[in-house]
Amino acid sequence: MEKVYTNLTTGGPISVYVEDGKVTRIRPLQVPEEDYPKPWTVVDRYGRKYSPPKAMRIAQNVFAERNRLYSKDRILYPMKRVDWDPNGNRNPQNRGKSGYVRISWDEATTLIANEIKRLIKVNPDGTIDGHKITAITSSHHNWGIVGYKMGPFGRFFGMLGYTPILDNPDSWEGWMWGAPHMWGFYWRLGQPEQFDLLQDAMKHTDMIVFWSNDPDSTHGIYSGQESNIWRVWLKEMGVKCVFIDPYYNYTNAVMDGTWFPVRPGTDTALAAAIAYTWFVDDTYDHDFVERKTIGIEEFRDYIMGKEDGVPKTPEWAAEKTGIPARRIRALAREWASKRVALAGGVRGGEGSACRSAYGTEEARFLIALAAMQGIGKPGVSIWGTTMGAPSDYTWFPGYAEPESQMGKSPVAKYKFALTNPTKQRLYRLTFPDAIINGKDAFIGDGFCGQSIEQQFNKHEYPIEGHVKMFWRYGGSFFGTMTDTNKWARMYQNDGPYALECVINQDCWFSSETKYADIILPACTNLERNDLGEWAVGGGYTTHAQIGNNWRVIVRQMKCVEPLGESKSDYEIFAMVAEKLGMGELYTEGKTEDDWAKAYWELSDLSKRISWEEFCKKGYYIVPVPDDYEEHPAFRWYYEDRDCDTQDYLNPKIKVVNHMNTLEPTEHSKELGTYSGKIEFASESLKKLSPDDDERPPVPHYIPSWEGHETELYKKYPLQIISPHPRFSFHTHYDKHASWLDEIPIHRVQKDGYAYWPVRINPKDADARGIKNGDLVELYNDRGSVICIACVTHRVPPGVMHSYGCSAKYDPVVPVPGATDRGGCVNLLTSGRFLSKNAPGMAPNSCLVECRKWEG
Amino acid sequence: MARLGFVFNVERCNGCFSCFLACKDEFTDNEHLPTAAATTEGVNLIKVNEVEYGTGTKVKVDYTHSICQQCSKPACMEKFPEQIYKRPDGIVIIDPVKAKGMQEIVGSCPYGAIVWNEKAQLPQKCTMCAHMLDAGEKVTRCFECCPNQAMLFGDLDDPNSEISIYVKEHAAELELLHPEYGTEPNVYYRHLPKPFICGEVVCGDTDDCCKGAKVTCVCDSCGKKMETETDFLGDFEFRFLPTNEHFTITVEAPGYKPATLKAKTHGSVNLGEIVLEKA
Repeated sequence: MEKVYTNLTTGGPISVYVEDGKVTRIRPLQVPEEDYPKPWTVVDRYGRKYSPPKAMRIAQNVFAERNRLYSKDRILYPMKRVDWDPNGNRNPQNRGKSGYVRISWDEATTLIANEIKRLIKVNPDGTIDGHKITAITSSHHNWGIVGYKMGPFGRFFGMLGYTPILDNPDSWEGWMWGAPHMWGFYWRLGQPEQFDLLQDAMKHTDMIVFWSNDPDSTHGIYSGQESNIWRVWLKEMGVKCVFIDPYYNYTNAVMDGTWFPVRPGTDTALAAAIAYTWFVDDTYDHDFVERKTIGIEEFRDYIMGKEDGVPKTPEWAAEKTGIPARRIRALAREWASKRVALAGGVRGGEGSACRSAYGTEEARFLIALAAMQGIGKPGVSIWGTTMGAPSDYTWFPGYAEPESQMGKSPVAKYKFALTNPTKQRLYRLTFPDAIINGKDAFIGDGFCGQSIEQQFNKHEYPIEGHVKMFWRYGGSFFGTMTDTNKWARMYQNDGPYALECVINQDCWFSSETKYADIILPACTNLERNDLGEWAVGGGYTTHAQIGNNWRVIVRQMKCVEPLGESKSDYEIFAMVAEKLGMGELYTEGKTEDDWAKAYWELSDLSKRISWEEFCKKGYYIVPVPDDYEEHPAFRWYYEDRDCDTQDYLNPKIKVVNHMNTLEPTEHSKELGTYSGKIEFASESLKKLSPDDDERPPVPHYIPSWEGHETELYKKYPLQIISPHPRFSFHTHYDKHASWLDEIPIHRVQKDGYAYWPVRINPKDADARGIKNGDLVELYNDRGSVICIACVTHRVPPGVMHSYGCSAKYDPVVPVPGATDRGGCVNLLTSGRFLSKNAPGMAPNSCLVECRKWEG
Repeated sequence: MARLGFVFNVERCNGCFSCFLACKDEFTDNEHLPTAAATTEGVNLIKVNEVEYGTGTKVKVDYTHSICQQCSKPACMEKFPEQIYKRPDGIVIIDPVKAKGMQEIVGSCPYGAIVWNEKAQLPQKCTMCAHMLDAGEKVTRCFECCPNQAMLFGDLDDPNSEISIYVKEHAAELELLHPEYGTEPNVYYRHLPKPFICGEVVCGDTDDCCKGAKVTCVCDSCGKKMETETDFLGDFEFRFLPTNEHFTITVEAPGYKPATLKAKTHGSVNLGEIVLEKA
């Protein structure tokens, strides 16, 4: 007898078909036609109406969900490394090489609890000093707000008083560390609001400039392929599209857009030359610039060459970018004469260009261009093309919001994540260095959402003392962080600050799992109950449901029993807490379903449909209100009105009725900058870091520290970019979902191995005797990676493209620095920050050479 | 009686492979007797082919689908009438019991749409999710999931169906694959990749992009004439051209001497920068 359950993934909602206790099929959430509420409608400039189809467009990798669920990589029982003895020799130097022995849950939790007891001490006030314990999750987790990484993880480790490791905003670095200094939005980590921009573009936009943006591949983060159809509409309506990208990307291909193959690291030069043309032709929005920006004269001085003697002409930029001067000039002129939506990344501001050397400047230059043309006037925006549909805005918790984190939520009696007494912090990007060296210093709080000043908070480690235990939770950094060989070195380090105990908790054996001393099997969200809203992480991206065609809340149902002995993360932490005598403290007597129901009831949506009804149906599609009013992003700003969008974290508007109602304040006309306006010359940088020539008050073109103007370029003359992958979600699906290996543009099979593609121009391939389908070694001083060559015109000469996030780290020998056959191009990337005071990762400033691999 | 068919709108397809993976999900290790046995690793009933064409910075990428064409006169059925039959709704079925062990069936399809499942010792192909249709559904897995609405599915013989209305309205843009095989395929493709000729016009005196130049492309053998105008970058293109034909391209802009070029469409032709001399 077939049963159908509902669930929700990072790529959208699903119906899960189960027979005899086994998942047989997974389809997009099946909703009878009559159950769909009235769809929203947008109207184009010709009066034609568009509504979304009655379907749920999940990300393609989600069709491989059952393949991933039953992957042979699933961890089925707890394990202990054979040569790790907590009472004797711990042998850290063997991590990554040793074998494992199966142990029981009782043994595993006892071992862990004993280690924790050894490392913690209880403060006089009853809080726990657990500074010797540290832990980190991956950037993303299986969906569901009860189980999401910040929930059980945040509560458990807050309870233990651990040393937090701060995350870096790995997908939009330059916008995080640069954009707030120009337009505020620090509560959105530098990214702009996107409300109602679909309608705005359909009616008013003449041209879309996609700058470092491939929305058909990056899915609006969690919105799956919902917005694909919007871009079909826009294309068929006749909107001109230009793509500025070193790679002729997939959205470029389907929209048949004009390609500007900009050399990596030179986007700011191109932007500067566009601004130059506007100054020379005097074709920018003087009125807007005067009313709503400051610092245009200082910016002009830089662009025209008054500051440094170098006018940023199209000719100057042509030499750097590889794009002919006349085309730069023509683009600038067309841009000024038309209403342009600047799609600077998937949520407005994201993409590889900002995850490069001096990426702060790329973000700021894009804002400058949009500002010069009057951002906020009809058709003129910074719009990623993946968000901005009409929606319902009744607040519902998302994982990034304190309300839905069991360590912070009002539904929790003890908010352990808020009462952690430990002061010291570590930083994800420098964590291996901190362990190896026993010390670290960095600035910024990682996700600096509270203020602009937060970016400058100084951290030093250690304060309380060195960490000894590292609890690693989900995913693999070998495929996603920079200079990732140092993670292997860190695990194997046997110096004075060596990690004594490494735990890895995951659903699947990932590249990092085998560096652990104890491995714990977690179950997926298909094996436990939860609830969630499609795409909505809450917090920094308020109301992300505007990236979907339908607003869908899902009762995530347990479809099958956990595989093997795997357990939910909550249960795992509860068991360890029990062994520590803190079981009741941790759970407060609540089951996962208790938490789920409590979160549900925080939202007014729970008044429309009862919990029981919701659980029975499995989903609730929230209709767009009949009286829906459009309030396009930035329109209020352009028109000098109070902010009227649903950006509820904007501190200049007053939030009432649990974020369902927003009211203006005396500052509501302002942006979140010091001046309240867009700052071509940043007041915050002038105050907080005036002498930083790598992120000066006025955005500058600064030659990449690993680009074509460096000495290293003579040795390694190929620039490689490694954007977010198309067929995987970070390291979530690759390798574990073996079906993906049969997609020839995800991995290419050769002699029984599924290799990761690297794209190379025919000229560069010919010069190196490389043919399409050859195995090639990408190498530099940091590492060596084997990929399979795709010889293509989709990259210009001198540029290579290979996606980041390979989940397969397969070193030919288990020694840090060994050649990796799995395709972790991140091994080649530098750990250097965007710039000296902008501690973001820059994987797309990477020079390599490439040669045929003979084996 | 019906004639179920597909339209693949190549213009809209972005190569997401959702259809490919949805099909895999439906059939891998799932048997759907009597119309289909389970498929296994490496056995795919729909394939998505990436086609890159063009050179320099003027490339294009399209995706075409290889799938059973559900022919009205199937070559496979003609050769193997005991193992292969056509249903009243038009779907061609390889009987998963009777065809066991018959690898020779694979070669009977001129479209190469039949794959061999070594593990199950069976020839297999797309069944248009017949088992789902028989259970009352109106969709195939591939059609259901396409985020770009790049597919149509339905009864080509029903004059009121969306697909037959579309086929009628868009006849000039639609193609059948290899009609010369004589099998009467029921899968249409809109805008299959074809050679294109492109170029970039430059004003020789100012070194500016030449916007609004008139560009004409004449097929030397048949005289067919196409006209377009350069865009703000001086770019122009002529698409969907026949292969291995000679063309004469003329570029005219007021105040400049016209330029004439020749191109032969072995593949796509990028004429590069066409610099106009001042008149």
